[in-house]
Amino acid sequence: MAVFAFYLIAAVVLVSALSVIMARNPVHSVLWLILAFFSSAGLLVLIGAEFLAMLLVVVYVGAVAVLFLFVVMMLDVDFVELKRGTLRYWPFAVLVGIVFAAEIVLASVVGTSEMTTNFDASPGAETNAEAIGQVMYTQYLLLFQMAGVILLVAMVGAIVLTLRHRPETKRQNIAKQTSRRRSDAYELKDPKPGQGI
Amino acid sequence: MSNYVESLGQLWGPLMVLGQIGLFTLVLLLSIAFLLLLDRKVWAGVMMRKGPNVVGPFGLMQSFADFGKFLLKEIVIPAGANKTVFLIAPILTCTLAFAAWAAIPVAPGTVSGTSWVISNLNVGVLYLFAISSLGVYGIIMGGWASNSKYPFLGALRSAAQMVSYEVSIGFVIVTVILLVGSMNLTDIVNAQEGGIWTWHAFSFQHFPLIVVMFPMFVIFFVSALAETNRPPFDLPEAESELVAGYQVEYGSTPYLLFMLGEYLNIVLMCALMTILFLGGWHGPFSLGEEFVRDHPFINAFSGLFWFMFKILILFILFALVKAIVPRYRYDQLMRLGWKIFLPTSLVAVLIVSGYVVYLGVQ
Repeated sequence: MAVFAFYLIAAVVLVSALSVIMARNPVHSVLWLILAFFSSAGLLVLIGAEFLAMLLVVVYVGAVAVLFLFVVMMLDVDFVELKRGTLRYWPFAVLVGIVFAAEIVLASVVGTSEMTTNFDASPGAETNAEAIGQVMYTQYLLLFQMAGVILLVAMVGAIVLTLRHRPETKRQNIAKQTSRRRSDAYELKDPKPGQGI
Repeated sequence: MSNYVESLGQLWGPLMVLGQIGLFTLVLLLSIAFLLLLDRKVWAGVMMRKGPNVVGPFGLMQSFADFGKFLLKEIVIPAGANKTVFLIAPILTCTLAFAAWAAIPVAPGTVSGTSWVISNLNVGVLYLFAISSLGVYGIIMGGWASNSKYPFLGALRSAAQMVSYEVSIGFVIVTVILLVGSMNLTDIVNAQEGGIWTWHAFSFQHFPLIVVMFPMFVIFFVSALAETNRPPFDLPEAESELVAGYQVEYGSTPYLLFMLGEYLNIVLMCALMTILFLGGWHGPFSLGEEFVRDHPFINAFSGLFWFMFKILILFILFALVKAIVPRYRYDQLMRLGWKIFLPTSLVAVLIVSGYVVYLGVQ
């Protein structure tokens, strides 16, 4: 049953990953990418790493891919024009492909049999989340914090690069809006008949 | 013969799961039919109208009449639309809304510490969070595939809105996970056993934390309104600006699926609030250990009753908010999410984790 589920999900991953690069419409590419992410989460569930699977869905599918889709939908780029001439790069693409394939074969042949046959998703702990937390906040604390700092720097950098002060933009002043009272907005007049104000 | 019995035994597990899925689906569909009517009746009541009252006694059959109408109408697909994506969008919305219910524990089990749930996941909370964060795809895909201006604008608004409010929902959930020390929904409910004062919204067992947890409950409620595109945050389908947002080009069964998914998500959010903050199936007073041990079935049924009752109360609150509160402006919505809810919930996570480390008795 588990083997059947593995082959089914793996097939979906492969087909959708292939479709990402085959699809003509960039939005379709992103949608296929989302399916690939989602199915990979299914593979993680199969080996018992349910926490990682859910994180993959929450972070990549729920946030990153939404922004991808967002950007791709709004871009007005002529992708046919952009794709013209990509065939020139085929030797480089083949090289990268060979390197990737070699690495995967190497890892599966040389990799310890213990890792591939008796895989334990939560060593020394009851749940996957606990196992990850135990090493991440002890053994790899420095690396983990450094990764956080690097991300923060990247974020600050992106904001600094794109921030523009434009004095002509009109802004909402929320404090001014909420502190507005009825007496500031209007006054009541009591005009006598036939007199006007 | 024995072989036959054995294979039947093996089949029993999957069959039970399938049966439960069927039961959940049926009950959910039926309750959505009546909750939709309740929503419209509450709305009408606030406006001093009568609401739907023609089909059946008190209009009880209104939803079924609507259902029939939606099914029998012709499906119109706009000429410039991306057909496949256009049709996948509502199906996705509806499927995800149903899928989330697989992890919701609805009643206590007859053995103490267990619960009645289709799949008792260790990462139940994360699963629900993940599924609800996928809900945005139905809307974006629908808005994009319609190939029309209003749906597209609605979809963009909705994507930004849902991504923004997910952040604060995530942090609010983290505070509850920290208090319980588990992401299993059954454990979370069981941690609130005892009575109305031990529910996480009040947290008297972690005494000073009521100052943190009750505001968290309020933040979760408001964020849930935004996450399900309910008024006052229904900007993706603000009729005065965008006609009907991402749903403009939809009619007939695809529209029905969108509608169904939307209401299922609302009920799901009510269920999530019940589980995280209002003690799940626990009643407002403890039945006592002895009673629970001697009468497990009465306990299970009273649990089911309390769970549904709390969802109903929260749903009425949702309906009242729709009737009473005027719609937010888009910049106000973003400000509320990023500048008020996010910092508040972040500080709450700090306080609660400090409490758990230094004062907690775990």
